[in-house]
Amino acid sequence: MIFAEEQTVNGADVAKDTAHASIEALLEAERAKDLLRFSTAGSVDDGKSTLIGRLLYDSRNVYEDHVRAVTRDAAIDFAQLTDGLRAEREQGITIDVAYRYFSTAKRKFIIADTPGHEQYTRNMATGASTADVAIVLVDARKGILDQTRRHACIASLLGIPIVIAAINKMDLVEFSEEVFERHRQALLELAHRLEIPELIAVPVSALDGDNIVHRSERTPWYSGPSLLELLETVPLAIERSSAGLRFPVQRVVRPHQDFRGFAGQIAAGTVRPGDEVVALPSGRRTRVRSITTWEGELELAHAPQSVVLTLEDEVDVSRGEMIASVTDAPHRTRHFEATVVWMHGTPLQPGMTYMLKHTSQTVRARVVEIRSRIHVDHLEHRPAEQLGLNDIGQLVIETSLPLLADVYRESRATGSFILIDPTDNTTAGAGMIRSIADTEEGATPINRATRGLIAVGNRQELAAELEKSLLQAGALVLRTRVPVSASLVTIARIGAVVLVESDASDPVTLTRVDVANAQPRELAFDHPDEILNELQSLGALPTGDDENDNGLGI
Amino acid sequence: MTAQNRLNHIQLLEAESIHILREVASEFQKPVMLYSIGKDSSVMLRLAQKAFHPGPIPFPLLHVDTGYKFHEMLEFRDRLTSELGVKLIVWRNEEALAQGANPVKLGTQRCCGLLKTQALLDGLRAHGFDAAFGGARRDEEKSRAKERIYSFRDSAGQWDPKNQRPELWNLFNSRIGPGESIRVFPLSNWTELDIWHYIHLENIPIVPLYLAKERRMLVRGDSLIPVEQSFVQGLPGEEQWVKCRLRSLGCSPCTGAIRSDADTVPKIIEELMGMRNSERANRVIDHDQDGSMELKKREGYF
Ligand SMILES: Nc1nc2c(ncn2[C@@H]2O[C@H](COP(=O)(O)OP(=O)(O)O)[C@@H](O)[C@H]2O)c(=O)[nH]1
Ligand SMILES: [Mg+2]
Repeated sequence: MIFAEEQTVNGADVAKDTAHASIEALLEAERAKDLLRFSTAGSVDDGKSTLIGRLLYDSRNVYEDHVRAVTRDAAIDFAQLTDGLRAEREQGITIDVAYRYFSTAKRKFIIADTPGHEQYTRNMATGASTADVAIVLVDARKGILDQTRRHACIASLLGIPIVIAAINKMDLVEFSEEVFERHRQALLELAHRLEIPELIAVPVSALDGDNIVHRSERTPWYSGPSLLELLETVPLAIERSSAGLRFPVQRVVRPHQDFRGFAGQIAAGTVRPGDEVVALPSGRRTRVRSITTWEGELELAHAPQSVVLTLEDEVDVSRGEMIASVTDAPHRTRHFEATVVWMHGTPLQPGMTYMLKHTSQTVRARVVEIRSRIHVDHLEHRPAEQLGLNDIGQLVIETSLPLLADVYRESRATGSFILIDPTDNTTAGAGMIRSIADTEEGATPINRATRGLIAVGNRQELAAELEKSLLQAGALVLRTRVPVSASLVTIARIGAVVLVESDASDPVTLTRVDVANAQPRELAFDHPDEILNELQSLGALPTGDDENDNGLGI
Repeated sequence: MTAQNRLNHIQLLEAESIHILREVASEFQKPVMLYSIGKDSSVMLRLAQKAFHPGPIPFPLLHVDTGYKFHEMLEFRDRLTSELGVKLIVWRNEEALAQGANPVKLGTQRCCGLLKTQALLDGLRAHGFDAAFGGARRDEEKSRAKERIYSFRDSAGQWDPKNQRPELWNLFNSRIGPGESIRVFPLSNWTELDIWHYIHLENIPIVPLYLAKERRMLVRGDSLIPVEQSFVQGLPGEEQWVKCRLRSLGCSPCTGAIRSDADTVPKIIEELMGMRNSERANRVIDHDQDGSMELKKREGYF
């Protein structure tokens, strides 16, 4: 696919450069590429279609006949290169998720191109659900709008670790460094509030191609990479999950009496023959005998490979059940709290029941309670009676059978589910499990505690006062000098506030344990009461609203 | 996760496709795989072998035979399916063929409507299939860029682009009502290059028409039209020997060849990387009108 005249770094160039080298070398290079998925979101007219068109064109991933079809009077309409369906061409806007494919010498890319209007929140969530990176477009003349906040919020909720903010139409603000810096600072602040681990801003002009594929000479004050260079180098989210083996069984493979295997796609972790595993929900322990594939038996398999496992013992596992690591098994739960994006015309209300599909299991689910609705434009939680189309809310859900699940932040594949309307069979909602009451069968309260580790350094007095106040407030407290370790995290997860002392004179920090990979956050206050207030606002302490609720779920 | 146990893009696509094949086979009553004999079908068939290994493929293949396929395609089909021991169903719109339906007489669009779309819908209905795998890819054509992996069809087999189910993560909604069905596209995320790469890596058999050799062709402007059917008549001097190959396989009267020296799979890949036109530009049928693929899809075509 050679098209644009300029030199670019991409697959086509490789083809040229190696024209004399062997085709084998070319195939070898092709084989080494990994796959990055990114989603794009922007408000109407921010230039999203133009940006994607430009990205594809300048990286020579567009065919001549496609370019010819959108060229009028010698000018290419880049937006038209990607706007597909009739309805949308008539309205001139992107109304659905469109997937595009391109590759460079380094990577293959899948773009989930999503619309930006509020009424398409569900489409944005769809595109974001599989993305490693989100590109959020910002019009340099307008800066952060409600829609920008919405896009960033959705990226955060769907667990995308890296957000790239493309500050577009820089040509219309004379490529002003000052304008760019102002937007960049505001975006960094937004990312911080949303707990987005990484936000990178790039000044671009999609229309003219500045900093899209090639670094621009019109932004001499910007020394960072072009958008494409960034996409080629950011780390993949391919194994963000830190969970142990999760192998949801899709089907049992039994071609004859002597072979009984379990087919599935590894959702998290790794597996080797000989590993001790547990079959859930039965709880039977056994060992992996073999990892069978068409190519032969494997010595090691990892997420997201599709394989067949055989087990040492005759253990009964069927579709919807799970084979998991013994040391770090998933939760087995019928009650959990989840963030749900509502996608159905009929509002969701407490008491309603749906079909819930989670990994390879489908169960019935009842909405116990709507905790709040998230106003994504203003990033606030407010009470709500119902969730309408494109609303996002925090729900408490109860299922007819236990799920073998993890918190979404720890494992996307075992922390996500969809809700299906039982009357019209449509996909009515998409959910991400936020917190789990780790329980067996039967009703149990939801643990709403934001539990954590508080590192107090050498502030002995403060530690003593905090310990006392927390105990008085009804919290479980462990005060220790043992350095932070996995077992302390586990204790915190069970529902305790762990106070960790040391000899260091570092500032006091709080590390949440209900959020994966949470970083210690400095507490701004010194006085125990102020720290307690802060904990209270995080929900770590009983609210006193409910006399049965000690804030710890126990 | 270390670099050494990171999957490359082809391995990732393979794992994803196998997941989809298994999911459909487990959640639907009566799935079928539409087998068009082309390169995409060949890859899809290999993925099905892998997905259910060491067991057999738990569904039959359905080939919609328009009556105008290249004879090399049919020979290939019969040999391969008997070698693999998979069940093959062939469906033709015999009634239309008996009345002499052909693209020259009816025009490309009406001919496709009868021999492809109608035959496909009849074949699916006659057997009561509730899920049909197709080898379509999203990178083939603009209207396919928005196609879901599970593409929902109403009881008339039709597709409504505005009323598609959202698809998140790898959680597919397989619930359908009586008479409704889905088309499933396990190769949605593969590109033409990925397909060839995989064929090369896996040594997957393909119809020889894909490989360049000297063939009798009608040379008309930029088009090379295969000489197979008697109703495709050349003007004097049009029929020539040309070193060429087919980039995608369809019906012989409506599939244009391209001039090419690529007589091995690696050479095809090399050629593709320097290609200037999309795969479908060589397909005569898509020149009817802008958005013609979307129209066909709405009516029930893949
Ligand atoms: N001046 C200027 N115009 C732009 C730029 N990017 C997009 N546009 C224009 O903004 C309008 C909307 O662009 P489009 O890509 O359709 O926006 P979308 O609605 O976000 O897809 C079009 O007229 C584009 O030509 C840019 O970088 N500079
Ligand atoms: Mg657009």
